[in-house]
Amino acid sequence: MSAKVHVDKISAWYGPKLAIQDISLDFEEHSVSGIIGPSGCGKSTLIRCLNRMHETIPKARVEGQVLLDGQDIYGQPAVSVRRRIGMVFQKPNPFPTMSIYDNVAAGLRLNGVRERKKLDQAVLESLKQAALWDEVKDSLDKSGASLSGGQQQRLCIARALAVKPEVLLMDEPCSALDPIATAKIEDLIFDLKKDYTLVIVTHNMQQAARVAETTAFMYLGKLIEVGRTRELFERPGETLTESYITGRFG
Amino acid sequence: MRFLFDRDTRRRWFDVIMSGATLLCVALALLPLGSILFEALVRGAPALTPTFLTQSSLMGGIANAIQGTVVLIGLTALVALPVGILTGIYLSEYGKNRLGGIVRLFVDVMTQTPSIVVGIFAYSFIFELSLLGFFPPPLVFSVISAVIALATIMIPIVARTSEEALRLVPTSAREAALALGIPRYRAILRVVLPSCASALVTGALLGIARVGGETAPLIMTAAWNNDFFNGLNQPIAALPTQVYRFAVSPSLAENRAAWGASLILVLLMLSISIASRAVIRMRAVRR
Amino acid sequence: MHVFETLRGRTRLRLRATPGDLAFEGLSTFIALAVVGLLVLITVILYLAAAESIRTYGLGFLSGSVWDSVSQRFGAAPFIYGMLVTSALALLLGVPVSLGIAIFLSELSPAWLRIPLTFIVELLAAVPSVVYGLWGIFILGPAMRVYIEPGVQAVLGFLPLFQGHPIGSDVFTAGVILAIMIIPTISAVSREALLAVPDSQREAALSLGATRWETTRLGVLRYARAGIFGAAILGLGRAVGETMAVTMTIGNRAAFFGSLFEPGQTIASQIASRWLDAVPPLELGALIQLGLVLMLVSLFINLFARLMVGRFLRVGEGAE
Repeated sequence: MSAKVHVDKISAWYGPKLAIQDISLDFEEHSVSGIIGPSGCGKSTLIRCLNRMHETIPKARVEGQVLLDGQDIYGQPAVSVRRRIGMVFQKPNPFPTMSIYDNVAAGLRLNGVRERKKLDQAVLESLKQAALWDEVKDSLDKSGASLSGGQQQRLCIARALAVKPEVLLMDEPCSALDPIATAKIEDLIFDLKKDYTLVIVTHNMQQAARVAETTAFMYLGKLIEVGRTRELFERPGETLTESYITGRFG
Repeated sequence: MRFLFDRDTRRRWFDVIMSGATLLCVALALLPLGSILFEALVRGAPALTPTFLTQSSLMGGIANAIQGTVVLIGLTALVALPVGILTGIYLSEYGKNRLGGIVRLFVDVMTQTPSIVVGIFAYSFIFELSLLGFFPPPLVFSVISAVIALATIMIPIVARTSEEALRLVPTSAREAALALGIPRYRAILRVVLPSCASALVTGALLGIARVGGETAPLIMTAAWNNDFFNGLNQPIAALPTQVYRFAVSPSLAENRAAWGASLILVLLMLSISIASRAVIRMRAVRR
Repeated sequence: MHVFETLRGRTRLRLRATPGDLAFEGLSTFIALAVVGLLVLITVILYLAAAESIRTYGLGFLSGSVWDSVSQRFGAAPFIYGMLVTSALALLLGVPVSLGIAIFLSELSPAWLRIPLTFIVELLAAVPSVVYGLWGIFILGPAMRVYIEPGVQAVLGFLPLFQGHPIGSDVFTAGVILAIMIIPTISAVSREALLAVPDSQREAALSLGATRWETTRLGVLRYARAGIFGAAILGLGRAVGETMAVTMTIGNRAAFFGSLFEPGQTIASQIASRWLDAVPPLELGALIQLGLVLMLVSLFINLFARLMVGRFLRVGEGAE
């Protein structure tokens, strides 16, 4: 397997405050990579640097390189980077004034797809991929806000998938959901792996252990350790990692 | 187009164009403001001679109008500030019930009532009273009816701004005072009111700025007077009405005087607005 | 909230007997009710003062198209028409500009420019109406006559709305002045509505590869549309009641107009320009009746706007 995304010495700031420091990391194609760490360790900042969402925050700044298929994303238009690297956020954020259909079609319409047939096809595929089709196929014209929290999050995943990204970033996608909804999303992540490169940030270690093939542990803005998930949990190389996964802090 | 630009390039251009358009909107709004200030300065400044500033309209000055505006603002504030602040106290401290909701709705409706309607009201009010024999007819155009009109405009503004000011005071401040065994009304007067004094001042200044520039209700109640203030039951001059009379006059000299009077009026209003801002900033810094 | 309620309950119990408390609560309640009474008084007085006119002309007053103090025939139709046309024009010109300002201030402006620019736009509201009128007579009016109206006519002259000889002291100029005057209201309220949109909506659009403008359109404007609509209605409320600037620029002709380049009259400008010359009792009564109509119109508009803005504020609070 090859590295789809190669992170090279990334540092990021909020104003004068350093959030992550000198992080280098590879994410492999068609795999799920987890990033864990206590809250405030910079894992969300790192993932937001991967599709240039970090810089949308006022006074935020990034240094270093992120290579997507060997090309630095900071040397390309942010708009096209974000189309290739999609994102799902902590809290489900469907567009409440749009129907379910329009939510999924929103990204395609931005890219100039107008033909009804193509849109219909893409909406169907994306909703199926997001395992939401069966629940909403009769109510596609209802508001996206009318769904339950877990359904909303899967709608957001469908919306992100509709533009056919190569990489899908997930920033604690289950932190606002109940256990049943969480299980559904985890199943979904497992299925998506064959078509996409997934990076998932979570503060839930069990979740990382369940879905991720490799896991990175971050602490205080630094990357402490990265490895195959099983090895990291069973034989951590650093004492810091060990104390975290054994629950001594976090 | 398709040969020259791919879709992404077109999207980026559209983004630039729309961002430029919003900036243009800002410029479009600033253009009249700039033009008004510029013209008032260029056309008004030459009119500001010592005679103009110290004599009454009988002698070609506007001192009577300046005095009239000060008198009207002063008397209006004297009526409207206590009433408005007390209404604000009621809304914030006692009005957390149905009755409070009704009072709030009525106060809101009053703030939005066109000032010319208030002018008609003040005129008709005095007129109806004089029909009942309460006042001699000349009172219809008088300082009294002008103050009734202006106070009716100012009271709801002060009431709402004071309510909001009082709501800024944290419950803990009230609790602390009450815990010392101080009666509730003294806690409000001694602790709550002083701790939001600057917000109250801002509200008062907003009310004054609104009332000081009012013209239509003054035409209908104070009419005009070429002399200085000469009694509460007499018509009175004011800067806004003076600007109006000079502006619609066929005399070129009076047109120039209109710019001079409006320069003073604009400076007065802008400095009140800026002062109310400064009070807010002071409070922010102190926190 | 409930801390406060318990606090109230507790103080009531402990301090029920304090005469000062009872007196102060009584006083402030009395004053607040007096303010409510003031609005009732305004309505009653206006009705009383217009009673004779209402008896004489009845509902026909609203449809009457003549205002003639010699034959004592008074109708409000031309002024209602003038008010509707000038307000519509003001909204047509003022809403897009205000929305542009709100978007720039909340979405695009660099942070250091935001506060000073917001303040400067608000200063537009601090300029007294009569000064707008003065500026309208001597600066805007001539500019309209010489440049803008012939320019508009060159493009849209085939429409009846833009025919006739531009005079600069006409309905079009009054509409433009009104548009300028309602900009601070509409831009301030819609800016609030845009600021109330949660960042997660912007992020949703950005992460789909939207440009800044597309993010504003997709994530922000759609979300805030109820608030923006309410802002426009509040602006309409201002435009309808605005008096001096309109009176000084609209040309004051009490009749219907076919072209925007003709003089006209709104309800407010008709009252202001006729007030001191009105022949009592009937013409004065008719003017007061006009005022009553204006009051009802603005009451209706503002209650509607409250409903709209109130709904968006509730949505905003719920999101937090």
